[in-house]
Amino acid sequence: MQTQTVKIVVTGPFNAGKTEFIRSVSEIDVVSTERKISTAPEKVKETTTVAMDFGRITVDNDLVLFLFGTPGQKRFDFMWEILSEGMLGFIVMVDSSRPETFREARSILETFHAYAPTPYLVAANKQDLYDAWDVEDIRLALRLDPNVKILSCEARKKDSVKQVLLELLYSILEEMDRNESKQEEI
Amino acid sequence: MTLKGNLRDFSFTQLLNLINLANKSGALYVERPGVTTRTIFQNGKLAYFESSDEKLSFLKSLTDHQLITASQHRLLRERLSGMNDHEAGIYLVNAGYTTLDGVLSILEKEYADKFRHLFSWPDGLFRFETGELPPDDRIVVHLNLENLIVEGAREMKEFEELKAEIPSLDMALKFTERPGTDIRNVNLNSTEWRVISYVNPKNTIQQIAATTSLDEIEIRRVVYTLLQAGLVEIIRPDGLPVALSSESLPVKNPKEHKSLIKRLINRIRSI
Ligand SMILES: Nc1nc2c(ncn2[C@@H]2O[C@H](COP(=O)(O)OP(=O)(O)OP(=O)(O)O)[C@@H](O)[C@H]2O)c(=O)[nH]1
Ligand SMILES: [Mg+2]
Repeated sequence: MQTQTVKIVVTGPFNAGKTEFIRSVSEIDVVSTERKISTAPEKVKETTTVAMDFGRITVDNDLVLFLFGTPGQKRFDFMWEILSEGMLGFIVMVDSSRPETFREARSILETFHAYAPTPYLVAANKQDLYDAWDVEDIRLALRLDPNVKILSCEARKKDSVKQVLLELLYSILEEMDRNESKQEEI
Repeated sequence: MTLKGNLRDFSFTQLLNLINLANKSGALYVERPGVTTRTIFQNGKLAYFESSDEKLSFLKSLTDHQLITASQHRLLRERLSGMNDHEAGIYLVNAGYTTLDGVLSILEKEYADKFRHLFSWPDGLFRFETGELPPDDRIVVHLNLENLIVEGAREMKEFEELKAEIPSLDMALKFTERPGTDIRNVNLNSTEWRVISYVNPKNTIQQIAATTSLDEIEIRRVVYTLLQAGLVEIIRPDGLPVALSSESLPVKNPKEHKSLIKRLINRIRSI
């Protein structure tokens, strides 16, 4: 039987800790990919780099989970198809100590959610830093729905990363249960 | 050498600075698919502006700025038909409707408002035809470019910010399902109401903009306001292929899917 692969996407503003997050749990060294995009012929000099982090967790012979880290949203269009195929859900990371990035985080979240109606959660990263905002304050700043999870996170700590991944998977299960009971009603 | 290129490589601000510093006279054509604009400069000052997508009506400008009332507008439209702007202007001043300064300041404002939109064009072909004069049936003004450049730069910054808030105009809008917000109690202006009336998961923001004849920056401004007010949210438009369908997951049947998630959970717990 062929191995199944599924994905969880880790997104968020620049420097939020996406690479660190993936590195903490990946069984392979995190691979970053770069892609050159050629524009009009007169602009050969200009290259755009798309970097995507890439981690792996093998479940067993039949099942592999990939963790994909996106760069900033502006370059996100190119990767949409790669990312969306087999995506179970996504995590939006924010650097809790940099409120100036919250606005971008919200915009990334909205874009992602609009494209992919999958479960997601917000990881309020770098909670170890002295000037990190409280999780509930970040919830307000990002104008999150009350039923969207926001978790405190320290991407360098494996346990913290595990907890975030587990919470996302629990949300996915809950969503499936809800869909099932909806089906039964019909 | 002719001044010619694309706004992608040479920004509009740079271009205006050049025209201003060199005191140039002539016509600047800027075009992108479907729209051509022509701006006439005289000695480095803006004298006249026109755009293929919107004909400026002198009488309408006067009405918009409340120099004449709507009923006067109707009356005058007949009387002034067949006159060019010059003749109409002279008639209005002589008949005591307005003053020469009134006419000029309104035209300045109209030209500047329309011209400023060019700052938000990310690309567009431009060329400068030295020596070209304004049409002689039109009233010309003398607008300093410095102010326009400063205001334009401000608008450009706003545009960048709005683009970050609303990255794609291919998305649709829907009303938020929030009990308690009654849209009739919200204070909206007429443009916002017009947009509101097209809010529907079937219409992309782009389509709403086209229908309500708003340009990119205007529609983004309105959508931003409506988002801030919590009235609407951005969603994928109906009919667009859903990027994430169950096909993109390796297992189709819900039971299998659930067991897959449970296997993942167990694996991650054991890391
Ligand atoms: N104190 C602290 N630092 C962190 C934490 N997570 C990540 N960092 C640091 O933050 C910086 C950015 O982390 P990255 O993982 O490179 O962030 P990124 O989101 O991948 O960044 P880009 O890919 O450039 O957008 C690095 O110096 C990390 O070591 C955390 O939980 N606490
Ligand atoms: Mg990174």
